[in-house]
Amino acid sequence: MTALLEVKNLQVRVEEREILHGLTLTVNPGEVHAIMGPNGSGKSTLSHVIAGKAGYEVTGGEVLYKGEDLLEMAPNERAAKGVFLAFQYPVEIPGVATMNFLHTALNAQRKARGEKEILTPDFLKKVREVAKSLNIPQDMLKRGVNVGFSGGEKKRNEILQMALFEPALCILDEMDSGLDIDALRVAADGVNALRSKDRAMVVITHYQRLLNYIVPDVVHVMSKGRVVKSGGKELALELEKSGYAQFDDAA
Amino acid sequence: MPAVQETVDRVRQIDVDQYRYGFETDIESDKAPKGLSEDTVRFISAKKNEPAWMLEWRLEAYRRWLTMREPEWARVHYPKIDYQDYYYYSAPKRKELASLDEVDPEILKTYEKLGIPLREQEMLAGVVRPEGERRIAVDAVFDSVSVATTFQKELKQAGVIFMPISEAIREHPDLVKKYLGTVVPTSDNYFATLNSAVFSDGSFVYVPPGVRCPMELSTYFRINERNTGQFERTLIIADKGAYVSYLEGCTAPQRDENQLHAAVVELVTHDDAEIKYSTVQNWYPGNSEGKGGIYNFVTKRGDCRGHNSKISWTQVETGSAITWKYPSCILRGDNSRGEFYSIAISNGYQQVDSGTKMIHLGKNTTSRIISKGIAAGVSQNTYRGLVTAHRKATNARNFTACDSLLIGDKCGAHTVPYIEAKNSSALFEHEATTSKISEDMLFYCVQRGLSPEEAVALVVNGFVKDVLQQLPMEFAVEAQKLISISLEGSVG
Amino acid sequence: MNVALAKTDMKTDTSRALSEAFANVRERLPGTGSVAEVRQRALESFEQQGLPHRRVEDWKYTDLRTSMREVLPLAAAPDEAAASRAASILKSTAVKGARQLVLVDGVYAPQLSNLGKLEKGLAIRTLRDALETGGEAVRDQLLSSKQSTDPMVSLNTAMMTDGVVIEVSEGAELAQPIQIIHIASGAVPAAMFTRSLLRVGNKAKVTLIESFVAADGAKSYQAHDALVVSVGSHARLDHVRLMEDARDAFNVSTAFVTVGAHSHFNTFNLTAGGQLSRYQAFIKFAGEHARVETNGVNLLNGTQHGDTTLFLDHAVPNGASREVFRAVLDDRGHSVFQGRIIVRPDAQKTDAKMMTRALLLSDEAEADNKPELEIFADDVTCGHGATTGALDQSLLFYLRARGLPEKEAQALLIEAFVGEAIESIVDDNLRDIAVGAARRWLAARG
Repeated sequence: MTALLEVKNLQVRVEEREILHGLTLTVNPGEVHAIMGPNGSGKSTLSHVIAGKAGYEVTGGEVLYKGEDLLEMAPNERAAKGVFLAFQYPVEIPGVATMNFLHTALNAQRKARGEKEILTPDFLKKVREVAKSLNIPQDMLKRGVNVGFSGGEKKRNEILQMALFEPALCILDEMDSGLDIDALRVAADGVNALRSKDRAMVVITHYQRLLNYIVPDVVHVMSKGRVVKSGGKELALELEKSGYAQFDDAA
Repeated sequence: MPAVQETVDRVRQIDVDQYRYGFETDIESDKAPKGLSEDTVRFISAKKNEPAWMLEWRLEAYRRWLTMREPEWARVHYPKIDYQDYYYYSAPKRKELASLDEVDPEILKTYEKLGIPLREQEMLAGVVRPEGERRIAVDAVFDSVSVATTFQKELKQAGVIFMPISEAIREHPDLVKKYLGTVVPTSDNYFATLNSAVFSDGSFVYVPPGVRCPMELSTYFRINERNTGQFERTLIIADKGAYVSYLEGCTAPQRDENQLHAAVVELVTHDDAEIKYSTVQNWYPGNSEGKGGIYNFVTKRGDCRGHNSKISWTQVETGSAITWKYPSCILRGDNSRGEFYSIAISNGYQQVDSGTKMIHLGKNTTSRIISKGIAAGVSQNTYRGLVTAHRKATNARNFTACDSLLIGDKCGAHTVPYIEAKNSSALFEHEATTSKISEDMLFYCVQRGLSPEEAVALVVNGFVKDVLQQLPMEFAVEAQKLISISLEGSVG
Repeated sequence: MNVALAKTDMKTDTSRALSEAFANVRERLPGTGSVAEVRQRALESFEQQGLPHRRVEDWKYTDLRTSMREVLPLAAAPDEAAASRAASILKSTAVKGARQLVLVDGVYAPQLSNLGKLEKGLAIRTLRDALETGGEAVRDQLLSSKQSTDPMVSLNTAMMTDGVVIEVSEGAELAQPIQIIHIASGAVPAAMFTRSLLRVGNKAKVTLIESFVAADGAKSYQAHDALVVSVGSHARLDHVRLMEDARDAFNVSTAFVTVGAHSHFNTFNLTAGGQLSRYQAFIKFAGEHARVETNGVNLLNGTQHGDTTLFLDHAVPNGASREVFRAVLDDRGHSVFQGRIIVRPDAQKTDAKMMTRALLLSDEAEADNKPELEIFADDVTCGHGATTGALDQSLLFYLRARGLPEKEAQALLIEAFVGEAIESIVDDNLRDIAVGAARRWLAARG
């Protein structure tokens, strides 16, 4: 079986500073990986590099997606091939209605894959279904993308897109930041509903709390730009007790 | 919603640096001798069979023009215009048309290519009509003359006069005399004065008291002939309690030399009347090296003469090498309202200096200005606007928001507001921002699968949404397409 | 947006009269050789343009051709009586703890000034001295204004008679503020032309106060001042200018400021005096990561006309600027605020904001605002806002319901309104001085 995502000895610089110093990670279809680590350990850098954000210089190593060189692909190409990043801070796009945005993006992806465009009635039906399951009111879909959304609404909008675009690899960057416990539960339920044997998820988080709701298969601890320890879900609980300090020396 | 998809498609289809209206129509034309003199003015007046008073009016304007100097305060730069190097009158040969069938088929084809159906039967034959789509009466102006005006009969039934101004001068001299030059006097400014001397055609609209014009009125202007200046004049009057929505579109062939367009538009609203005037300006902007393109020097002004009257300008400016244009409102009647909604996009070597004047004279007058400027390429884009409240304009209110977006680091976006308050009860609020198109927004869109160009088109369409909403639906769709085309090649 | 153009080739009476005046006083003006040449050229430039008028875009709202009409003859050097009149107003103007440098009728007055115990790194001399015997660098800097085409700057260059030249060397952090005081004492209407220079070395720290006042009996005079300032890198300059000239006086002043890398310039101008005044400041970012706050208040009543024109030139990347301006207008007061922010090509990451608000207390007052943005770089955050309106009637009513008489209630709200501009003065003492000046205006209003 080919791994869905293989990150090998990845080294990344931002401006003059090296953030990732040889990170290695393998994710297979159907798996949910959690990446935990203190602030500044390079978790968000990893998610941005996988999605293809500008401003990161890869100085060594490689990232393979379904065996292909991911770093060679344009960000929209990665999206069309099934790489989805749920942003820690989803941006607001004033004047662009959410519904319009979803339709435009979905069709762009389908076209890139050589698929036929989704017809408007089918699209509307699909959005309504997903929106309902995530408790997203229709009214929200008429508003500008994320404009005036609460923290919880923004995260639900990310999950809505995830459900709609049906990606193979989902990177969830600090999905729990800014959410109260109820909002977190709704978001996590949405994510869990999308777990499947063909789809993998990488859940990036600072706190163990999220992992009570999205239970990972594998937990990695990142520190200073490397994965310093990997284990089962019990590793997260261990971290909760003893903190990240123990890994400082290991890094 | 599908409009954005269309925009995106359009961006994909069209190659960089392609002006889709740049073709030329091959027809014979009847021209005045090149250059400008009293004889030219007499020639034009004679061609139009004008009454003596009209010729006198023109000559007076011409004589005054000779004493005036070209204005230099706008932030636009261009080589000195040689006013003797233009033709001031050009008309397709064959005139005095009895019906549309007599219009030169080449001209009809031109308008078809531009997507403007002139044949009423075609418009009426549209069997299935999407709900809410309105019919539009069109006046088509080709170079210096009006070639066809549609729906004349139906409008007549409603009492609405919609005809070429040259005809109105002959058929409704009293109305024309009463209003022409009363909003933009012949002495107003260099270009308006020039227009007063040599204007050849344009539209005339009169909506009688209490009438709501049964359809949108529209004029399409087309400059075809080489070295020809176009000087149209539009006069719209909404009498007491009347309402009319008027649309204007413009295109021109691609030519290496600069062509001159100096129009004047005058609007008058009486008590409780309203005029909504929308423009999609898409004159040829010049090529990617800045060669050619239209010099667009336009004076547009509305006079809210009556109480509770309203004038609303909406413009989408994407074309022209140079745009010099300030559609304004004189808020004379108490409780009158002026609005200005503008999208001005400049790319390549285009220069735009555009904005508005809101002149509050009456009591409780209100005005609203929403301006969205987008500069790309090596273009310069200036918003220039005046808001003034005179001593007696008690409780005048204005709200202004000007936002500028820069795409690339070689262009410029400028904001020059003049805010003058002369009484304490006036309340003015003005805000302006300038920023670049946000990298984070673009990345978000690209992560969702949009190409960088699609992402720019989407974000820009969002940026201008407040103004697009003001346009009649058909125009909004067209404007949206234009915006993306205009920004072609702006993302590196 | 004026269309017709003035005939600029016709010499005005003013400029003709001025040429003659210049010829008469030439002997009294300091500097020979190249300085005299610069003066001559400046005079020619002024003559060519004449007094600025409304068709000159930058002077659109302040037409000196109609309101000032003529440039008065140069004031006579102050005599003893003038000095004693000046001494008495000086008492109430001098800021405690500051080092006073006094110019009476445009001439440096050593007997009223304090040049004792100069702190280390501080050097002060007169403009006359600098133009006549000063080094080339100082002279060039004093004459750097020649790049400006502004007619009033040219006039100042041609006629400048005296002023002070202050140099603060690298690393010197002056504890004592410096106060330049312009006193008009003459009973005969006359004009004063002054120019001062402040050089703030790298890593130096300076506080500068400028005051414009009239001695008892001073009449219909014209003050023409220029201030040239250069701030080195990693330096700090706090500046407050208070213009409280006589109610029938004219004051036209220009400041040229360049700010070096990583420096901080905090400046505040208050215009409360004068019949007609214009304060124009040209502030240029010369080095990256500099920060500039320019704040101002115009307090005008009667038939006063006050014009504050600020030009912020972001010539280099990573600059930050904030402008806060307030105008309070009563009677037939007329305030003009023109704020122009230019962001040059490549001045990326510029962060510039401007806010101007006018408060009209009377239906005959007028407020003209022209906040301008001129932007040639894309990665910037720039914005401006402007509002015009009357005092909030509901607030006023609330205060009156609490027992405050109308004038007092107004005063309270006005003070809060101008406070928004004064608050951004960083230095506590300077802020108190500005508050004091605003209160003087309110008190005089009665």
